[in-house]
Amino acid sequence: MIKIKDIAKSFDGKMVLEGISGEFEKGKCNLIIGSSGTGKSVLLNMRNFTDADHDMKAEIRREIGMLFQGGALFDSKTVEKNVMFPLDILTKMKPEEKRERVAFCLKRVGLENAGKKMPSEISGGMKKRVGIARAIVNNPAYLFCDEPNSGLDPQTSILIDELIQDITYEFNTTTLVVTHDMNSVMGMGDNIMYLYKGHKLWEGGKEEITHSGVKELDDFVFANKVMSKMRGK
Amino acid sequence: MIFFEKVGRYFVFLRLLVTNRESFKTYYYLVLEECVSIGLGSLFLVILVSTFIGAVSTVQTAYNLVSPLIPRYVIAQVVREMTVLELAPTIMALIYAGKVGSSMAGGLGTMRITEQIDAVEVMGINSVSYLVLPKIIASIIVYPLLVIIAAFCSLFGGYLIGAATGIITPPEYIYGLRFIFNDFSITFALIKSVAFAFLISSISSYKGFYTKGGALEVGIATTQGVTNSVIAILIADYLLAQLLLA
Repeated sequence: MIKIKDIAKSFDGKMVLEGISGEFEKGKCNLIIGSSGTGKSVLLNMRNFTDADHDMKAEIRREIGMLFQGGALFDSKTVEKNVMFPLDILTKMKPEEKRERVAFCLKRVGLENAGKKMPSEISGGMKKRVGIARAIVNNPAYLFCDEPNSGLDPQTSILIDELIQDITYEFNTTTLVVTHDMNSVMGMGDNIMYLYKGHKLWEGGKEEITHSGVKELDDFVFANKVMSKMRGK
Repeated sequence: MIFFEKVGRYFVFLRLLVTNRESFKTYYYLVLEECVSIGLGSLFLVILVSTFIGAVSTVQTAYNLVSPLIPRYVIAQVVREMTVLELAPTIMALIYAGKVGSSMAGGLGTMRITEQIDAVEVMGINSVSYLVLPKIIASIIVYPLLVIIAAFCSLFGGYLIGAATGIITPPEYIYGLRFIFNDFSITFALIKSVAFAFLISSISSYKGFYTKGGALEVGIATTQGVTNSVIAILIADYLLAQLLLA
């Protein structure tokens, strides 16, 4: 579980986050949602735990797996080497054990045959899946995902969402997902935190989001035409 | 004021290189990879450029030494001094900045904008030390070797063109190369090459590492990396000459 209390952040004197408190539960998909520019990614990027001293920060960070918006795979390494990277740096596992773990993670994300490919040779969806494999290879306690399905087609987006959800339940990780995609919200939102202009306006589950009574959240949720039609019915 | 802020930031960057390092084994493989990449990648260009510089220096020196009172072997002596003191370490440094420095700045800049550096940092790794230190160590190892090769090729280029055109005979050329030779010139060239290698790799990496924005900014960072490296080389060249030769 992650607890945050009165988180604030400013850039050049301009407050982008203020008074954010909340709890992100273990074994659940915790979503941070909101329009562009509301401070979602800033909140996720505060994973750096700036209050902790440097050694402490390093210890905490090694417990985190992170899926970046663009995948952030190392261009110069094969898919297999990308996934193996955290094990090479953070563990003292034997080469054979590392290969087994990488093979397991790649199989888990459905890319068992892509290990020898370079990132430039695979699709956007595959890059995201490799990113997920790299994020979970070290058995992290926390999985952070920054807009995991941005730039993907709807079908692939659903696959990625389902994969993140399955992994969260299977490995009992505390998962934080930043998104503004309502499909993701309705599909995987166990706990949802809604940010508006740097403030937390609402918190709850996907069952309650459509009748929250918060005007800004309603505007956000029903901006989607499909959701808007649902509302009409 | 901005200038001093940037210089200060550069020194903070240098300090980060040596704090919270990973294991020796990690750096060992990274440095080897960089040495191969930098060394082999630059070898052809260094050989080509230095051979031609030696050949041109020989022709131009001969063209200027028209007096019958000056023996022909002086041409080789002049080429030797020019090559060892300036052409091999300094001109090669300018070429090295253009080739390797730009590659370092561009590579790190691209890693920054595609969040690859963030991916390293999120694992609790000191990204400056992990990504940049191997490049600097590899440069300090490889660049002096490239300078030695460049010096040899330059002198050999002079020898070939002298023999081919009849400007100077091979025995005269060899005699000129050995005539009143001060071996401190070699030491001086190697000291310069280590200093230049450090400046090029650290300045280019610094510029690339702190790139902000997109592809356009990567291009700007690359250009700035090369430009600043070149300026630093020229200043360091003067300071070292003043310090060690004056």
